[in-house]
Amino acid sequence: MTLVRATGVILSKELRTEFRSRELLVTTAVFVLIVVVLFSFTFNPTSSESRRFGPGLLWLAFLFAGSLMLQSSFLREQTNDTLAALRLAPIDPFSILAGKMAANFLFLLLVEVILLPVFAVLYNVAILPVLTPLLLVLTLGTIGLAATGTVFSAVAAQARLRELLLPLLLLPVLAPVLIASTEATIGILRDPPELSLVWLTFLACFDVVFLTAAWMVGEYLLEE
Amino acid sequence: MRWSAVAPSNCCAIWSRAEPSRVSTSLASSPNGGPSGIPAGGLHIQFHEVEKRYGMRLALRGVTLSIAAGECVALVGHNGSGKTTLLKVAAQLTRPSRGKIAFQAGENSLSLEEVKSRVGMVGHHTLVYEELTAEENLIFFAKLFGLEDPAEKARQALQPVGLSGRATDLVRTFSRGMRQRLSIARALLASPGLLLLDEAGTGLDPEGQQWLGATIKRLRDSGCTILMSTHGRNETQGAVTRAIRLDGGKITHDSGAGGNPREILVMAAVRESGEEGAQ
Repeated sequence: MTLVRATGVILSKELRTEFRSRELLVTTAVFVLIVVVLFSFTFNPTSSESRRFGPGLLWLAFLFAGSLMLQSSFLREQTNDTLAALRLAPIDPFSILAGKMAANFLFLLLVEVILLPVFAVLYNVAILPVLTPLLLVLTLGTIGLAATGTVFSAVAAQARLRELLLPLLLLPVLAPVLIASTEATIGILRDPPELSLVWLTFLACFDVVFLTAAWMVGEYLLEE
Repeated sequence: MRWSAVAPSNCCAIWSRAEPSRVSTSLASSPNGGPSGIPAGGLHIQFHEVEKRYGMRLALRGVTLSIAAGECVALVGHNGSGKTTLLKVAAQLTRPSRGKIAFQAGENSLSLEEVKSRVGMVGHHTLVYEELTAEENLIFFAKLFGLEDPAEKARQALQPVGLSGRATDLVRTFSRGMRQRLSIARALLASPGLLLLDEAGTGLDPEGQQWLGATIKRLRDSGCTILMSTHGRNETQGAVTRAIRLDGGKITHDSGAGGNPREILVMAAVRESGEEGAQ
């Protein structure tokens, strides 16, 4: 079975199980909404302050969402040792990671799309005129978040203190994504808007490097 | 330390610690058909000086063992004797710390992916998703194994395990025995040439045990190689053609390919009932 086909089969299983329960999506969306609302209460920002500090707060909220959501990516495979069942299948081990990465990417993107209008209202930021470049930054940043988070979720799932380990491993590694995504978003929300190719290239490079590394070591990450 | 499908001497895929990178070789010849051109029938499996270490603990100590195609081998021994580890190594779920394993199907050279497509396993856990229905589980695994018409394969697999009537029910609503039957259906889905059973009778009622025993006999008679860990007396032991006792990760007794496995099985059952009595 080809890598793409196996990835597709695993992705559809992930989507089916999540959309059946919606536990993870609902919990994460509510958590992130609470974070953004609390931030707005704390700062009560003006429009110009929002343009400066809002993107950082937004991406921090996404980061928290990621560390919450990605935790269960491999933990749920431990219930009946279904990871072993996946590893018994004649597929490239990377397809297991890739299927989960794709699912996590879609879940995170969905939460972000839900959050954006709330952010725009609470922080008095006009996002509609800059929606296309903003979605581009969101996509690149979320690929980095999902790819890194899925890999570290696989590592943390086999360790003791796994609930604590994932944020400890993930947050420092995601610092470059946080910086690049925040800077790119600040540029987009600036007046006049400016899409920084430097930060976009940085994000794209991070994604490519991390996906390549995951492809190379994926087989070992999933071993007992 | 990677997957390998190198054939150093003749015709086998090897799972070992010190082999070069992931290679996928196609069959040199595939005269008999079967999934992806692999001949039907059992796999011949050879363990050579296999050692498995978990930290400081040695779970397997230099196990050398050859199991011919079509043999039904029972592994007996205390808890922690290495039965599960040996099965996991055979399933390529865990890599040996030292030594190697070779698989053969007739005279054909197989890549490790092809070996995987011929291995079915029933483990301590059920290896099925609770959030999916019985049918969805089997369709999912049929797709991963690249089987044609996964829905039909799933339907066919559910029938003999008596779950056709519950096909569209979520697995989380199943009893332990029903989950185990689904797990067995999953393992048999791709018509395995090597079936690995780790106390597969766990959770089954007497009727289920009887069905499992009959299924194992039928598979053995069709040429499937079976390696199973077992405790005490149960219905599955009727099909056994060879028994091996493991103790501290080493083989201490082996009835051999043509030998009588009863003595070892009876000895294991007596020891176990003695231990239960003492408790």
